[in-house]
Amino acid sequence: MELYELSIHEALAALDRKEISSLDLTEAYLTRIERIDPSVQAYLTVTADQARAAARQADLRRAEGHAQPLLGIPIALKDIFCTRGIETTCGSRILKGFIPPYDATVAERLSEAGAVLLGKTNMDEFAMGSSTENSAFMPTHNPWDLGRVPGGSSGGSAAAVSAGLAAASLGTDTGGSIRQPASLCGVVGIKPTYGRVSRYGVIAFASSLDQVGPFARTVPDCALMLRVIAGHDPRDATSLPDPVPDYSSLPPGSLRGIRVGVPDEYFVSGMEPGVENGVRRAIDTLIELGAQVDTVSLPHTQYALAAYYLIAPAEASANLARYDSVKYGYRAPNPTSVLDSYQRTRGEGFGPEVKRRIMLGTYALSAGYYDAYYLKAQKVRTLIKADFDQAFARFDVLVAPTSPTVAFPLGSKTQDPLSMYLSDVCTLPVNLAGLPGMSIPCGLSDGLPVGLQLIGPPLGEEMLFRVARAYEATGQWTPTIPPLP
Amino acid sequence: MAVTTTYEPVIGLETHVQLMTQSKMFCSCSAAYAGAEPNTHVCPVCLAMPGVLPVMNRLAVEYAFMTGLALNCQIPEASKFDRKNYAYPDLLKGYQISQFDLPFNINGWITVEAEGVTTRVGITRAHLEEDTAKLIHRHDNGDSRSLIDMNRSGVPLLEIVSEPDLRSPAEARAYLQKIRLIVRTLGVSTGNMEEGAMRCDVNVSLRPVGTEKFGTKVEIKNLNSARSVLRALEYEIERQARALDSGELISQETRGWDEDKSVTFSQRSKEEAHDYRFFPEPDLPPVFISAEWVEELRARLPELPDQRRERYVQEFQLSPYDAVQLTSSVEVSHFFEETVRLYPNPKTVANWIEGDLFRILRERDTEIDTLPMGPPQLVELLQLIDRGTISHGTAKEVLEDAAFSGKSPASIVKEKGLTQISDTEELNRAAAAAIAANPQALADYKAGKKQAMGFLTGQVMRATGGKANPALVNEILRAHLDKA
Repeated sequence: MELYELSIHEALAALDRKEISSLDLTEAYLTRIERIDPSVQAYLTVTADQARAAARQADLRRAEGHAQPLLGIPIALKDIFCTRGIETTCGSRILKGFIPPYDATVAERLSEAGAVLLGKTNMDEFAMGSSTENSAFMPTHNPWDLGRVPGGSSGGSAAAVSAGLAAASLGTDTGGSIRQPASLCGVVGIKPTYGRVSRYGVIAFASSLDQVGPFARTVPDCALMLRVIAGHDPRDATSLPDPVPDYSSLPPGSLRGIRVGVPDEYFVSGMEPGVENGVRRAIDTLIELGAQVDTVSLPHTQYALAAYYLIAPAEASANLARYDSVKYGYRAPNPTSVLDSYQRTRGEGFGPEVKRRIMLGTYALSAGYYDAYYLKAQKVRTLIKADFDQAFARFDVLVAPTSPTVAFPLGSKTQDPLSMYLSDVCTLPVNLAGLPGMSIPCGLSDGLPVGLQLIGPPLGEEMLFRVARAYEATGQWTPTIPPLP
Repeated sequence: MAVTTTYEPVIGLETHVQLMTQSKMFCSCSAAYAGAEPNTHVCPVCLAMPGVLPVMNRLAVEYAFMTGLALNCQIPEASKFDRKNYAYPDLLKGYQISQFDLPFNINGWITVEAEGVTTRVGITRAHLEEDTAKLIHRHDNGDSRSLIDMNRSGVPLLEIVSEPDLRSPAEARAYLQKIRLIVRTLGVSTGNMEEGAMRCDVNVSLRPVGTEKFGTKVEIKNLNSARSVLRALEYEIERQARALDSGELISQETRGWDEDKSVTFSQRSKEEAHDYRFFPEPDLPPVFISAEWVEELRARLPELPDQRRERYVQEFQLSPYDAVQLTSSVEVSHFFEETVRLYPNPKTVANWIEGDLFRILRERDTEIDTLPMGPPQLVELLQLIDRGTISHGTAKEVLEDAAFSGKSPASIVKEKGLTQISDTEELNRAAAAAIAANPQALADYKAGKKQAMGFLTGQVMRATGGKANPALVNEILRAHLDKA
């Protein structure tokens, strides 16, 4: 077994037994990145020197007897997280060359936990997209089929973990940007409850929906990553004060007595049969584990996409106003006036999808349209939340497909924004309701991974990990790094 | 003037007050940037760097509520912040965190005294927001550039909006001065308009006297002193009156005020007005305000100007006019009360402060708290008069000296040899000499012309270099004249 194939828990055990060093592990990943990443293109920036220095430091600390939860574990961060002294572009030309003088809270927490940063991963520009093709710099390829997309917007982070280019990684999820790429790349990804993880230093797309979460190849690894990054942050007024349970120490067990709801509305028309079969098989496994499964209706689901594409762009239109050439980032050369500088900088600095959403959001908030669009969307959001509240009165967890399709070919949806938006139809209601949602691999369809989505009540992450752990332990899915050239 | 006979001005003010908190509204940078090097009171949050988030300054929120309570406002049970979107280089995020439809304070009022009339002015709302950075435009040798000082970015700002209840420039000025007095009394702001800690926009329209319907309003932006408010309104009212007289329509617009030329000028029309696209600030949770919290803040309010004025009438038996004068600033009332504490004769103290001291301050264009002289010196001066050491007239001269030197009045009197002559023998001699030198005055006195007495008093005062005790001189002269 290669070192890059070890799960975090396996690697930590090997480090503890002094069979390997963090430097060995880090070098294994760096070598693999050098060899494989030219074809996967998961990383925008590889911080090899810093990673080696951090690995040596970790080995020293371990030798001194320090115990930190991720001491010496090589990980990757989506390029949406501000990292002190390391270029942070958010996948956009407008931030090319931007080097933050501060760390995102999650970057700080990972570093304090002893993790070794390998680099920054590719993403759709400002996290707007479902295929990572909206990156200003390059597309990322799905490790299971290099001709296909890894999903998005956190496609680089998902692909890196899937291809064995990092032990784990962080992404962000505004409408499905962790769960959908996790599903398409065959890895585990969780979007926690809104407010569970600090957003400080996370470049904002839609502030009321954005949430940070980890990718890993196994459920316990994913749980360990979340345990490290979760918790209250005084720098984020929307972060929750509730204590963080030790998700990663949950033993696999039976699901006897667990009430599982299957929302009818998530089995949408246009869903691929291979996806539906995979999800139905996984549900059968949950029944075998003792879960009580029944169907449930979330009647306002059909309005979620429309509401989402008003609320998220509205917030984005304000969040992206700061990229104006005045303070940092790209500035169009030789401006003749402030207005000219704004217009050309933003015209040249933003890609088409970002511009489309800024325009959508600006329109939705404009005088005379606010009530019809933004306000109505917020009312829909309330109804969607109420659907979930009612469902969670009867069920402990809901299960559904993560994505209606497996990974689709590169370029197949780039000319049709609406079909791209539909990739998130099963995930974005969860963001609107602020709930925790998780995707775990549940098999292959024509050689491509299928994801099972688990949705919990507010702060129900423990329940999601419990169900996921039980399912994973059945061996229906074995964490696998696909063969790569 | 056409204005007062034909038209009635309708005026409302929007006043921005910087709150004097230690840190900024949404980050921990120091808000006390006056005099600081540009761009030294900054951090990623107030620089609007990518990914940063605002965290509410609780003290700024409390100051906003305390000011609202002092303005007799209602405080809602729930409030929130909103984003006000517009693009300008001094607005670093591209939106200002402000409050739109659920401000912290609504439906208040204050009283305003102008030209002897007390008016109640409605307060529509008082909401909390953040200040912008400051642009500095430089033109040197044909090279012109704009610089940004971000120290001010994110300083807490309370915007107080009045109802259109003001009817004259003098009332508008008095309103602004009252707001300043209230925030200074509360200690929530310096209220210093020169330093930009308080800034003002005014809305003004005219309507024919005796009618109800408002005319078309014009907004004049960025008035940075009470005097500018007065003068800009006087100019604008005259301009609108002339326009209306000649049958023109007033266009709804925003105008600026050119201090040097003393004119208002058009800046932007209604058509060019911004659409701010307000929406709730998703980075800040709503604010829920319990009745207990409001009561706790109410208990922290100091004595407010109107209460203080009332107390001066009750406790010191002063006239309402005196009470208004003595409560016109925090410093004046402190000076007055400290003096009265040491010299418990409020009416005398009031007369000296409102008379000679105010005259001195006006002449030297200065404020009472910048004088080197404090209440103890005034008390000493009053005691010198009481003891007969100096006359009332001499005391005015000593006050003038003491006010700016800070020296003790007793030492001034001693240095300048101003001690009053109460020596009967010396005054007897001077009286006899004056009568002897002015036989006509004696004759007039005998003939019943009492003004002769005044003339002779003057002669004695002059002979003694003004140091004679006037009451004693009178008494002695009368004795001499009656004997003669």
